[in-house]
Amino acid sequence: MLGIIIGVAAVIVMIAVGSGAQARVKEQIAGLGSNLMILWAGSVTTAGVRGGSGTAQTLVEDDAWAVMNEIAEIQVAAPTQRGSGQIVWGNANWLASIVGTTPEYFEARDWGLVNGRLFEAGEMSGAGKVAIIGQTVARELFGDSDPVDQIIRVRGVPFTVIGLLERKGQSMMGQDQDDIVIIPLTTARNKIFGALQGRIGRVSSIFIKAKDGVDMKEAEDKVRILLRQRHRLTGNTPDDFSLRNLTEILQAQEAASKVMAILLAAVASVSLLVGGIGIMNIMLVSVTERTREIGLRLAVGARSKDILSQFLVEAITLSTIGGVLGILLGGLGTWLVAELAEWPVQLSVLSIVLAVGFSAVIGIFFGYYPARKASSMQPIQALRYE
Amino acid sequence: MSLIKTHQLMKSYGIGEQTVHALDGVSVSIEQGEFVAIVGASGSGKSTFMNMLGCLDQPSSGSYDLGGEDVANMTTDELADLRNRRIGFIFQQFNLLARTSALENVALPLLYARVGPLAGLSKEQRYEHAKQRLEQVGLGERLLNTPAQLSGGQQQRVAIARALVNDPDLILADEPTGALDSKTSAEVMALLTQLNQQGMTVVVVTHESDVAAYASRTITFKDGKVIDDSPNKKVSSLGGLS
Repeated sequence: MLGIIIGVAAVIVMIAVGSGAQARVKEQIAGLGSNLMILWAGSVTTAGVRGGSGTAQTLVEDDAWAVMNEIAEIQVAAPTQRGSGQIVWGNANWLASIVGTTPEYFEARDWGLVNGRLFEAGEMSGAGKVAIIGQTVARELFGDSDPVDQIIRVRGVPFTVIGLLERKGQSMMGQDQDDIVIIPLTTARNKIFGALQGRIGRVSSIFIKAKDGVDMKEAEDKVRILLRQRHRLTGNTPDDFSLRNLTEILQAQEAASKVMAILLAAVASVSLLVGGIGIMNIMLVSVTERTREIGLRLAVGARSKDILSQFLVEAITLSTIGGVLGILLGGLGTWLVAELAEWPVQLSVLSIVLAVGFSAVIGIFFGYYPARKASSMQPIQALRYE
Repeated sequence: MSLIKTHQLMKSYGIGEQTVHALDGVSVSIEQGEFVAIVGASGSGKSTFMNMLGCLDQPSSGSYDLGGEDVANMTTDELADLRNRRIGFIFQQFNLLARTSALENVALPLLYARVGPLAGLSKEQRYEHAKQRLEQVGLGERLLNTPAQLSGGQQQRVAIARALVNDPDLILADEPTGALDSKTSAEVMALLTQLNQQGMTVVVVTHESDVAAYASRTITFKDGKVIDDSPNKKVSSLGGLS
């Protein structure tokens, strides 16, 4: 019984710790932005010269809201209009990327502020002249002083700095992602890029973040289908937009989760095996004693059937009680690991079923097998068994 | 009518190329109410004969008639019922179930009773019956003790109570005093003598002559054969040896 309890508990704890580790690795990789995809407007071709992504005016702000609201797999979508311009503060100036977008942008990119606040609704609708700046811009213009509440000029237009972004570092292609000034989309459209643009509501790209754990391929397909519908593209008409994802990170994620799954399976099978052998040993140690007992029972008139049913009931009872106690002990152990080692454990029903089932099969088999053997002996052989 | 009647009972074991005859044509009759001692050296076949009498082992050939029933052609289940109904066993090592009270040990055979007046008793009835038997052997105060809490002599008396609980026709005792000192041995033998005087047939296997002296008849084995079968000169009485 002790063997069953410990076996079951060990398997449950090991699987809980292992799947906790798996979840944590997944989460950390997801933090890299693996569930991010970016929609770019198509290109224009003028006199045979193709302009590259984002030059055509095929994406509009409403595309972003449609993607976000109509596709269940999508957590958030942020329309952005990108450009660049000279940023001036006092006598310092710096050329930086200018991104006009909505507050969803920060969620889509998992990008937080170290200081200040995000855009408010009034600033979004009223084209407020407020800016959130990246670390590089802050360093070049402000040095070590606090940029929040300072007035900067973006392409000559005065803006109040309301927030300072966390350091993001370089992108996979080596671009400095912190060299950026983010302003409300409406402000960008009306006051910065507005004069240059034609179509109402056009944006150059849309950042889309899928929900955790959804299949990225499927989410991408849904976005593509929705966009084709909205843009009335039928049959073989090519997309007038392009959809990109962070393939490298996705591949890393797939590889990592494969490794973790194999590791978890290995941990689970080793602990099942060890638990199983423990149970087997304890059951077999008592065989000598049990065989004599069976001999005596046969001598005083028990039939083989009586012996078998008695031992089967006993083995099942033991396995059941041991299994339940093992679950309790395993739960306690898991809780202890979570508390003391601050490990992100995950108790799964599957691991409990697996552990109890396996232990029960082994416990019942090794409880029943000696009884079967002994009850088929002549009583005197069982009585004298050594 | 004889309670036990064996005819040309044989038991052989094949050890490698050789065949060993543990029993070599034993024909014995024992009457109802007798007190018989079976004696002989180690390996003489006396224990094997005892196992045959107790239906704990099957003979290779020959016939065995117990109280009018032909044992040789019975199935193992029928043998189990026969042991339960007709035979009470007493072993050298007591063979009580550890971690189980004296009362439960004594009641154990009743659990397996299928035919006769003791079949199908409730748990309370079984324990009540077992309690009477324990009182009969003088252990009425020790009902709930486990074997580990009892002395050797007390354990053997529990075993005797267990042998009696099914009201058998025959008590078979295999070296009942082998694990006991001489004083408790005398107590145990006195108890068996008392049972015999109340009409119970008792067969004792022993290699101690003073134990055999309690019996009224001694059967001597050598090399799987009966070499002597005679009534004891000194008919046993309780004071006979002390």
